[in-house]
Amino acid sequence: MSALLEIRGVTKRFGGLKAVNDVSFSVQEGEILSVIGPNGAGKSTLFKLIASFLRTSAGEVLFRGERISNLSPHVVARKGVVRTFQETMIFKDMTVRDNVVVSHHLRSKASLLGYFLGVAAAHADEAEFGRSADEILTFLGLGDIRHEVASNLPQGHLRALGIAIGLATDPAILLLDEPFAGMNHDETMRTVELVRGVRDRGVTVLLVEHDMSAVMKISDRIVVLNFGEKIAEGLPAEIQRDEKVIEAYLGIEDETIGV
Amino acid sequence: MRRTTQILSVAVFLAVVLIVVPWLIEATQRSDLYYTLTSVALLSIASGGVWLTFYIGRINIGQGAYALAGGYVSAILVTQHGVSFWLTLPIAGASCALLSVFIGLPILRLRGVYFAMITLVLTEVARLTALALPVTRGAKGIVSIPLPGEVAVFGVTIIPDFATIGNVKLAFYYVAVILMILCYAGLYRLVHSRLGHLCRSLQQNEELASSIGVNIAYLRILAYAISSFLGGIGGAVFVAISQSIYPSSFQVKDSIDFMLNCFLGGLGYVFGPMLGTLLLYFGWDLLFETGKFQLLIYSSVLIALILVLPNGLLSLRLPRRKRAVR
Repeated sequence: MSALLEIRGVTKRFGGLKAVNDVSFSVQEGEILSVIGPNGAGKSTLFKLIASFLRTSAGEVLFRGERISNLSPHVVARKGVVRTFQETMIFKDMTVRDNVVVSHHLRSKASLLGYFLGVAAAHADEAEFGRSADEILTFLGLGDIRHEVASNLPQGHLRALGIAIGLATDPAILLLDEPFAGMNHDETMRTVELVRGVRDRGVTVLLVEHDMSAVMKISDRIVVLNFGEKIAEGLPAEIQRDEKVIEAYLGIEDETIGV
Repeated sequence: MRRTTQILSVAVFLAVVLIVVPWLIEATQRSDLYYTLTSVALLSIASGGVWLTFYIGRINIGQGAYALAGGYVSAILVTQHGVSFWLTLPIAGASCALLSVFIGLPILRLRGVYFAMITLVLTEVARLTALALPVTRGAKGIVSIPLPGEVAVFGVTIIPDFATIGNVKLAFYYVAVILMILCYAGLYRLVHSRLGHLCRSLQQNEELASSIGVNIAYLRILAYAISSFLGGIGGAVFVAISQSIYPSSFQVKDSIDFMLNCFLGGLGYVFGPMLGTLLLYFGWDLLFETGKFQLLIYSSVLIALILVLPNGLLSLRLPRRKRAVR
């Protein structure tokens, strides 16, 4: 089986510092793969490299066998590799529904001029985007608050909205950046269910995360980074027993990796 | 219901600017007001362009450069190549749009105060360029530009030769107002189509916009080109009215005024710059009586207004909930 996403020897240097060093792994279609590691391990940098928000210093990222590293972010998104953001980035002055409707951009059939002139295809698009946005919002439990201005939402809902924005682009693979950060246990469990739901819709999920208990529950496979290098890859159970991983989380290993 | 109100307000607006205002001016014999109102209409076209760059999240203090460029393009074509003014109008707009693509490509990467500073310099660069180039005739400027000629299709006169019209001021008033109406109808349509939603996504979060697949570089250039197009159109008509253009016809102060018009009217409302231009232009004139305190009062009122109504004058009328453009 060929991989959906393949990371081949990806390296990123910032001056003398190697934030990501020769990392390789692949993501299979339909799985949930998590990238974990201590603070400063290069997880977020790796994410930006995959979504092409940063240029690689060496190595390449392949999506369905096609090289996507160092293309413009919107081109990468257009191919189906879409990221959400750690900092709960949303369009804060729009309503929840408008956030999701505008994110359907990639599905547009009419051209911008067509929208300006109000051609039939544009009206069809708008109707379809509205319908699809409502469906996504209901799916993520945001249906009741879809007319709220996004900046008024509590954090848990913002995270869900971030996922809704990602889903609206109709991605093949969704990159989630710390979807559980700052959440309490209940919120985390709810979000774990959401992410599973996303995968069940046929979207492959690659996520970066701190929260070990959530990662252990949700992941099909785990990649561990430390100091920019991959130190382990495998099933959750294997990662929990891995000597190098325990060493990387030295001192706090017992609680954090949930042994 | 809402639709009827909309149609009604548009009809009232059209009736006022196209019928009531000219009638009142004739009745009161204040034909000097034509020039003032024509200026307001033209300045609000240029301000509308500035407003669009605000809409993608860029502070534009360089519209004067495009107004000047548009004015020169029209003046040069009319005086040196004998092209009809009506033809130079779209050419002036298009040249400015093209120019703005080349200027915008490097500078639109900048944000916030950095972009604002660069655009501030643009107006000055335009003035110095006009001083230096032979084709613009330096500080002497281009003068005695003929009035717009006749437009006829298949021998039927659509627009008469302005030199033969008795009331040229009224004719220019109509030209300016009709262009303004077209400009704002276009902007309204743009903002309420998907294009406008994408511009808003850009204004609020460029990184996120590009991750949902918006080609942000293209959209920024597009908005800036439309903005500059409007600047060029405004400048070209201005030149036709004053029948002259000098490097100092549009200065840094004008560029700042275009921006202030947008602030005053409200950045969240398409028609904000139109209202802002009207009030700012008349407000300045009304304060003429106060003599040496004119500038002091004017600027104090502006500062107060921006402090009290950061979302512009139009935010007074609409409920807060609708702060975002509806």
